[in-house]
Amino acid sequence: MQDILSISQELSRGLFVTISILIASSLFAYLMGFISGLLRLSKHTVIRKFTGLYIELFRGTSLIVQLFWLYYAIPMLFGINLGSNWIIGVIAIGLNYGAYLSEVVRGSVEAVDDGQTEAAIALNLSSFQKMRYIILPQAVRMMLPEFGNYTIQMLKGTALVSLISLNDILYYGNILRSSNLSQAPLIYLVILIFYFVLALPLIFLTRKAEDISKKGVAN
Amino acid sequence: MNYWSFERFFEAWPYILKGLHITVGVTISAFLFALFFGLVWTFLRRIPERHINWIVTWVMEFIRSTPPLVQLFFIYYAWPEIPIVGVTLSPFASAVVGFGIHFSTYIGEIYRSGIESVENGQWEAATALNFSLLDKWRLIILPQAFPPTIPMLGNYFIIMFKEVPLASTIGLTGILHMANSFGSEHFNLIEALTIVGIIFLVLSYPSARLIKKLEVKLNTRFDKNRVIEPIE
Amino acid sequence: MTKPIVEYKDVHKSFGDVEVLKGIDLDIFPAEKIAVIGPSGSGKTTIIRMLMTLEEPTDGDIIVDGKNLWKMDKHGKMVEADEKHLREIRGDIGMVFQHFNLFPHMTILENCMTAPIHVKGEKKKEVKKRSIDMLERVGLGDKINNYPSQLSGGQKQRVAMARALVMRPKIMLFDEVTSALDPELVGEVLEVIRDIAKNDDMAMVLVTHEMDFALDVADKVLFLDDGVIAEQGSASDVIEHSENPRVQEFLSRFRS
Repeated sequence: MQDILSISQELSRGLFVTISILIASSLFAYLMGFISGLLRLSKHTVIRKFTGLYIELFRGTSLIVQLFWLYYAIPMLFGINLGSNWIIGVIAIGLNYGAYLSEVVRGSVEAVDDGQTEAAIALNLSSFQKMRYIILPQAVRMMLPEFGNYTIQMLKGTALVSLISLNDILYYGNILRSSNLSQAPLIYLVILIFYFVLALPLIFLTRKAEDISKKGVAN
Repeated sequence: MNYWSFERFFEAWPYILKGLHITVGVTISAFLFALFFGLVWTFLRRIPERHINWIVTWVMEFIRSTPPLVQLFFIYYAWPEIPIVGVTLSPFASAVVGFGIHFSTYIGEIYRSGIESVENGQWEAATALNFSLLDKWRLIILPQAFPPTIPMLGNYFIIMFKEVPLASTIGLTGILHMANSFGSEHFNLIEALTIVGIIFLVLSYPSARLIKKLEVKLNTRFDKNRVIEPIE
Repeated sequence: MTKPIVEYKDVHKSFGDVEVLKGIDLDIFPAEKIAVIGPSGSGKTTIIRMLMTLEEPTDGDIIVDGKNLWKMDKHGKMVEADEKHLREIRGDIGMVFQHFNLFPHMTILENCMTAPIHVKGEKKKEVKKRSIDMLERVGLGDKINNYPSQLSGGQKQRVAMARALVMRPKIMLFDEVTSALDPELVGEVLEVIRDIAKNDDMAMVLVTHEMDFALDVADKVLFLDDGVIAEQGSASDVIEHSENPRVQEFLSRFRS
C-alpha cells in the first residue's frame, strides 16, 4: 500500500503534461477534422485532392513515425527550434487524429438525409445557411460518439510523447522502473490505472453521446 | 548540422528493409492471436450471469482504453518480475502478446456486432426447423454473421500494422528500429524516418482501398434486394 | 385575360439514358389549382421538382413571372442560372414533400420560423406570431414546442404545410403528400389542403393519387403518361368523362 502511494505520487508529477497535451491536441485535431472534413466536400477538385493527400498521408502512416519525423524535420525544414517538444507532440497527435476525424465529419455530413437539403432549398436558404442551420446541427450529433472514441485514442497516443523526452506519466514511470526493476509490475499497473481513470470520464461522455446521437437526426 | 542527403536516403533503403519481415511477422502473429482471443471475449460475454458479464465488460474496457505502449512495457519489463507465473519474453513474443491482447478487445466487439446483425427471425426459423444448438450456429448463424465482419477485421489488421513500430521501444528489430540505428550511425534520422513513412504508406494505402472494395462487394452480396448475377 | 405565373415550354428531362419527360407545355395561372395524376414512373413528381429547382431540365424553358428560371442573361448571352438567380425566383415557390422533411433538431415552431428569419430577414417577433397563427390554422397550436419525432405522420405533414405557408409563396407544390401516411391519417391532411385551396389565392400544383380529392379541389387535372401530358381539362372532364383508354385503365385501378 505504501508502495502504491509513493508510486502514485511520483507518477502524478507527469499528470500535467499528459492532460495538457491531451486537451491541446484534441482541440487541434477537432479543428483539423472539421476544416479538412468540410474541404473534402468542396466543389473544387484541387481542394478536394489536396485535402485528400493530407488525410491519406497521416492515416496511412503510424503516429510514432509521424512524431519522430516531425521531431527531426521541423527544426531542419524551418531552421527553427520550436523550443518545446510539447508543441511537437501536440502537432503530431493533432494532425494524425485530425485526419481520422475529417472522415468522421465528412461521413456525418453526407449521412444527413437528402430530404433535408431539399427542404432547405424549397425554403430558399442559401448554401451557407443550409449548412449552418440545417445540415451541421444534425451532422454534429452524429459525430459525437466517434469524436469521443477518438479522444480516448488520443489519450492513449499521448503516452508516446515520453519517447521525445517529455515528462508525462509514462516518463516518470519508466524512471521509477529503471531504479527498481523488481517493482516493475506494480509500477506499470499503477500507470495503467492512471490512464484508465483519465479515460473513464471520456468513456461515460462517449456513451452519453451515443444516446444524444440517436435523437434529432433525419437519416 | 542536419541536412537532407539523397545519398543517405538511397543507402538506407536496403538496411531498413531488413526489418520488414519482423514488422510484418509481428503483425500477422499478433493478428492471429487477436482473432483467437477475440473469440474468447465473445464467449465470455455471452455467459448469462450479470456479475461475470459486468466484470468481462470492464476488463475489456480497461485493456482497450489504456495505451498499448504501456501494456508492451508491462509485458516486457514487468511480467518476468512477477513471482511464479513470470516468464521472460523476447521482444517479438512480447509484441505478439501485447498487441494481440490489446486488439482482441476490439475484435471481440466485431464478432459480437456480426452475431447481433443476424436478424432474430433467423434464430426463430432455425428453432422452428428443429435444428440442434450446434447446427443453428454452424449452419444458420455463423455463415451470415461472419462475412460482413471481414472488412472490419481487415481494417484492424491495417491499424495493428501501423501500431507495431511502437515495439521498437522494447527492442523489436522491425523497420523503425532499423531506421533508428541507421540514423544514429549516420548522425541523421530524417531520411531513414521518411523511408519508414513511405513503406507504411505503400503497404497500408492499397490494402485499405482493397478492403473498401471488398466491403462494397459484400454489401451488395448481402443486400436483400440484390440483383443476382448470372453464373457463367 | 390574366397572364400565367408559370409557363413550361417544351420541357424535357432525362436521367442518364432514360427520358422521363418528353416535352411538357403547361401554363399555371395565379390562384389556379392543378392536380397531376398518372401512373407511377410517368414523371409527375419531376415536373414540380424542376419548378422547385431540385432537378434541372435537360431541355426547354420554365418561365416564372416572366423570368426564365434555369437560364439567365449575362452580357446579352443566355447562360445557365447560378445560385443567386435561382434564389431570387425560388422565393415565390413553396413545396410540401412526400416524406415531410421536417428539421428533426428544431421544434415545430422553429421549423416554421427559421426560413422567414434567415432568408427574408424578417423580425423574429412578427414571424413568431405568424407561425403560431399558421400552426393553429393547421390544428397544431398546442404542439408548437414539440419536436417532429413526437408527432404522428399526419401531424408532421400539417407542420410541413405551415412551414411552407409562412413563407407566403405565390405557388405551392404538393408532392404526393399523403402517400407516406397511414390510411387513417390521410383525411386530416387533405382537410388542411382543402382549407388552403378554398381560402388562399395562391396557385397550387398537387401531385396526387387521391382521385376524389382531385375532383373536389382542382380546377384543372393533368393526366401524365409516359412523359407527356396525355390528357388535360377540368377535373370532371378528365376523371369522370374521359374517353382516353389509358386514362380509363389508370382510373379503373382506383375503383373497387
